[in-house]
Amino acid sequence: MGNLIKPYGDTIDDGIVQLSFTLPVTNGAKAKKAAEIYANNLKIEDVTIAHAEEIAEGFTYFVIFGKASVSIDYDSVKASEVSTEFYDYYEINSLIKEKINRKVNVVGASIGTDAHTVGIDAIMNMKGYDGDYGLERYPEINATNLGSQVTCEELVESALKNGSDAILVSQTVTQKDAHIRNFTELIELLEAEKIRKQFLVIAGGPRITNDLAIELGYDAGFGAGTVPSQVASYIVTCLVKE
Amino acid sequence: MAQIKLDQEQVKRVKNYAKDIADSVQKNVIDGNSSVSVERTVLRLYGVDGTDEEGTPYPNLIVDKLKEKDLLSKGVSKFFAASMLASKRDAMDTAELICQGNILFGEINEFSRADIESKEIELSKEALKTLDSSRIHKSKKQEKTPLPEQPFKYMIVATGNIYEDRTQAKAAVSSGADIIAVIRSTAQSLLDYVPYGATTEGFGGTFATQENFKIMRKALDEASKKKGTYVRLVNYASGLCMSEIAACAAIEDLDMLLNDSMYGILFRDINKKRTFVDQHFSRLICSRAKILINTGEDNYLTTSDAIENAYTVTSSQLINEAMGKNSLLTDEQLGLGHAFEIDPKVKNGFLFELAHAQLARQLFPDAPLKYMPPTKYKSCDIFFSQCMDSMFNLASVTTGQGIHLCGILTEAIHTPLMQDRFQSLSNVNYIFDTARDLGDEIEFKEDGVIAKRAQTVLNETEEFLKKVNDIGLMEAISEGYFAGIKRLDTGGKGLDGVFLKDSDYSNPILEMLEKEGTING
Ligand code: B12
Repeated sequence: MGNLIKPYGDTIDDGIVQLSFTLPVTNGAKAKKAAEIYANNLKIEDVTIAHAEEIAEGFTYFVIFGKASVSIDYDSVKASEVSTEFYDYYEINSLIKEKINRKVNVVGASIGTDAHTVGIDAIMNMKGYDGDYGLERYPEINATNLGSQVTCEELVESALKNGSDAILVSQTVTQKDAHIRNFTELIELLEAEKIRKQFLVIAGGPRITNDLAIELGYDAGFGAGTVPSQVASYIVTCLVKE
Repeated sequence: MAQIKLDQEQVKRVKNYAKDIADSVQKNVIDGNSSVSVERTVLRLYGVDGTDEEGTPYPNLIVDKLKEKDLLSKGVSKFFAASMLASKRDAMDTAELICQGNILFGEINEFSRADIESKEIELSKEALKTLDSSRIHKSKKQEKTPLPEQPFKYMIVATGNIYEDRTQAKAAVSSGADIIAVIRSTAQSLLDYVPYGATTEGFGGTFATQENFKIMRKALDEASKKKGTYVRLVNYASGLCMSEIAACAAIEDLDMLLNDSMYGILFRDINKKRTFVDQHFSRLICSRAKILINTGEDNYLTTSDAIENAYTVTSSQLINEAMGKNSLLTDEQLGLGHAFEIDPKVKNGFLFELAHAQLARQLFPDAPLKYMPPTKYKSCDIFFSQCMDSMFNLASVTTGQGIHLCGILTEAIHTPLMQDRFQSLSNVNYIFDTARDLGDEIEFKEDGVIAKRAQTVLNETEEFLKKVNDIGLMEAISEGYFAGIKRLDTGGKGLDGVFLKDSDYSNPILEMLEKEGTING
C-alpha cells in the first residue's frame, strides 16, 4: 500500500512534531492538561508540554512535542511546479532572436490596493534579483513595469496598448484573502472582454504557488525566491511552443 | 559610551547644509502657503468636531464652503469667529448651524474687525490651552508612573478593531512593551479627512480617529498603573491630514506621532508643497503639546540597499532635524529614524550596522533615535528570523538607541499574533539586560571597520547634502535624489488643497505658536 510517510525526528516513522500555540486560559495544571488533550485531538500522541507560560492575563502559550499518528501515502500526493526548461539570460535572448524573431512584450504590476513593489521590481527592473538580471535588462524583451496600486482596468489597457505577450501580476498582502479577490478580478475582466487567451497571465508573490495560480485561472504562478530568468524562461518556452 | 572619532567641523558642515536646506523651504514654500488641512486643524482646535448625517466631518464641510466662496486664502479663522459672534453659541453648535445653512458664513461685514479679531484671539488662546494641558497632563502622569529606561520597547498592534487592539496592547504591555503603536488602516494616509468615532473594521490596521485615540490612551493609563512605568501611545500623522491628526492626538494626550517631513511626498505621492506646509503646522502642535515625533528614514531601506543608501538615511535625518527645529521641536522630541536592514549574507554586516547606528547616535546625541528592526530580509524560517532580531537588539542596546521597534519573528509571514509579540519581547528583554552596559565597556578601534564605515557614510552625506543645497530641496526631489523617486512640484495628491495666503490671511494659532516658541514644563 503506497509509500507511507510521517514526520521524522531521529528515527524513521517516529512521527515527531513540534508545535506552539496559545490557549485563552490561565496557566496551571488544568491548562497544561488541556493543551495535551488538544494535541491528542490533533492526532498527536505521547505529548510533552515542554513549555507553558502565561503571556497575557488569561492566555497561556505552549511549546509541545509529540508523535504524530497520521501517515500519508506519498505516492498519492500531487503538486505542480511551473514545468519548463530553465535557461539563462544569454540563452533566453538568443532563443527569442532565433525562434520568435521579434521583441517579446511584457507588462507587469502590483494590482489592487497592494503597495508592495519590491517583488515585481525584483522580476522586472534592470537590477533583477539575487544576481539574476531583471526583464528590463533583456535586449530582446520590452518590459513595462506599472508599479503598485494599479487597477485591473489600467493593467489590461496597458497590455492591449503595448501588444503584450505576457501580463505579470504581483500580490503581497494576503490578509483577509485580498490577493484572491484581486487575482480573480483581473481574470474576470479579461474573460469579460474576451481577451483572456491573448496573453500569458502570470501570478507571483510570497504566498503564491503554481497550484493556486492555476486554480485562479492563471497560466502559471511563482512564489518566494523566484528569479527573473525563471519567469523569462517560462514565457519564452510558451511563446516558442505557439 | 564608546565613541567613533568624528571630525566635529565636518559634523557642523552637514548640520549647516541641512539648516540651509530647511530654511529655504520654510521661506519659499511654507511661510507663504496654507492648506485645507491646516484650516481644518484650526477649526478642530477651536472646538469643532463631529460629522453630518453622511459622515462628512464638520471641519471639512466648513472649509469646503469657504473654498466654494473663494475666500479660503484669507483663512477660516476670521469667518468662523464671525459666525460664532452671530450665533452666540459654542463652536460645535455654530459648526452645525453653518453646515445646516442656518447661519450666514463667509460674511464678516456685520461685525467690526476688532470684534472679530478679539474673538479669534479668545478662541486661539483656548486652543493653546488645550495643547498646554495635554503637555501638563502627560508630565503629571509621568511623575506618578515614570518613563522606563531607554531603549524604549515599542510594539505594534494592528487588528483593525480598536477593541481587539486594546486587548492586544494590554497583553504586549504585560510582556514588557513601553510604547504601543496602533498601525493605521492601509489607505488612510490618502484620505483627505479624519474618520470619526470608534472603528472596528480596518484593513491591515485600525483607523486613526480621535475616539480610537481616547479608547487606547485610557487602556494604556490602566496598563501603566499596573506596570508602574508610563506606557506611551503612538499613531501616524503622515498623509493628507498631518496637522489635523496632530490636533486630535494632542487633545487625547497621545505621546508620539509618526511625522516625517518627506515621507508622504516620496512614499505616498502626496504633493510636496502640501506636505511641507502641513508638516510645519503639525510639528508646531507637537512641540507645544510635547508629542515626540518619529521620522520614517527606515523606508529608504525597504526599497533600496541598506549599505549603498545609508547616506540617504543620514541626510534625511539631518533634514528632519533642521525642519523640526524650525517647527520648534526640541532634541528630546526628535525620534529620528533608521533601520537594521543590511542583507544578512553580507560579511561583517553587523559591524556596518553598528557603524550606522553609532553614527546616528553621535550626530544626534540628545535625540531618542527610532531604530527599526530587520524586515526586508526576514526569513519565513521563524527561528532564523529570531536570530536576526537578537543581533538587532544587541546593536540597539550597545549603541544606546532611544525608541526600539521590536522585531517580530513572523515578520515575513503575517501581522503579529499575541505569541509572536511575547517571543519578540522575551528576546529584547533578555538581550537588553544581559548586554545593558556593553556600550560603556567597549571602544571602537580607530581606523577599524566600524569607524571607517561611519566616516564613509558621513562623507557621502556631506557630498549629497551639498548637492541638494545647491539646487534646493524642491528641485532635488523633482530630480529623484531621494530613494530614486521623482516627484514634481505640480504632481502628487492634495495640491488643489494648497493655497497662497492673502495679505489679509489670519491664523492666530499658528502665529502664537511661532511667536511664543518652545515651551517646557
Ligand atoms: C517592504 C515591505 C513594505 C514596504 C513596501 C515598499 C515597496 N515599495 O514595496 C512598505 C513599508 C510600504 C509596506 C507597507 C505595508 N505592508 Co509591508 N512589508 C514589507 C516587507 C518588509 C518586505 C516585502 C519585500 O519587499 N520582500 C522582498 C521581495 C523581493 O520579495 P517578494 O515580494 O516575495 O517577491 C519575490 C517573490 O514573491 C516573487 N514575486 C513577487 N511578485 C511577483 C510577481 C510575478 C509576476 C512573479 C513571476 C514573481 C513575483 O519574486 C520576488 C523575487 O523572488 C514584508 C515582510 C517580509 N519580510 O516579507 C512586509 C509585509 C509584506 N507587509 C505587510 C503589511 C500588512 C503591510 C501594510 C498593509 C501595513 C499597513 N497596515 O500599512 C502596508 C501595505 C500598504 C498597502 N496598501 O499595500 C505584511 C503582509 C501580511 C499579509 N500576509 O497580508 C508583511 C508580511 C509584514 C507583516 N508581517 O505584517 N510594506
